Amino acid sequence: MNRKAYVRPMHGWWRRDPFFVRYMMREATAVAVLAYAIVLTVGVVRLAQGEAAWNGWLQALRSPWSLLMHAVLLVAMFVHAKSWFEIMPKTMPMMVVGGRRVASATITRSGWAATAVASIVLLTVAWWLRP
Amino acid sequence: MKRSNAPIFWLLFGAGGMLSALLGIALVFITGLAVPLGWPLPADSLSYPRALAFAQQGVGKGFLFVVIALFAWHAVHRIFHSLHDIGVHNGALAKLACYGGATVVTVVVAASLLSIGF
Repeated sequence: MNRKAYVRPMHGWWRRDPFFVRYMMREATAVAVLAYAIVLTVGVVRLAQGEAAWNGWLQALRSPWSLLMHAVLLVAMFVHAKSWFEIMPKTMPMMVVGGRRVASATITRSGWAATAVASIVLLTVAWWLRP
Repeated sequence: MKRSNAPIFWLLFGAGGMLSALLGIALVFITGLAVPLGWPLPADSLSYPRALAFAQQGVGKGFLFVVIALFAWHAVHRIFHSLHDIGVHNGALAKLACYGGATVVTVVVAASLLSIGF
């Protein structure tokens, strides 16, 4: 047996099906979440280093590249939240209210409602605390 | 039987995923767009004395630590499990790079927040 077996090429496999494209988009949001965590990590490190270092970080945030990146991160966070709440009915324990299973659309909508409330709270606090 | 450490990573992944789904949009908007642009929040919202005061006080310190650490643990767990899909072997080296990266983020943030003081 020295014949070369056929190996199905796997390159770009996820582009063959819209379901897989959505799956890969969902997984790719992790890169955005990591990027944002790193941006904040650098911020905390610079804050600990003193005023000049902190101002440098703020200056970097004002650069066009940073603004562009954060615009992309914002979209990615939306995609992440959307997909997170869409898979939540499948990942969380089954919820039964009044003898009937809670519909997955209800769970997804509740997730979005929680995000809306949390976003309003954060923005309101930031507005209240503004200089 | 050796106990699996998977539930710990899964728990951190789930907590970070939920927290980033709830807060990620507003946080990126505030720190990455609204304040740098000076609209709709003032540009000096994150001036040094204000940022320092936020990180020195218990709630702010805890918030920063929890948000950054959980975001990082969520992200590396998901990236680690996606490596195979993009043709990268998810072996011990990849695992070390992913979870080690999140550990570094956690330790660096904790050390910085402690050195900022209370």
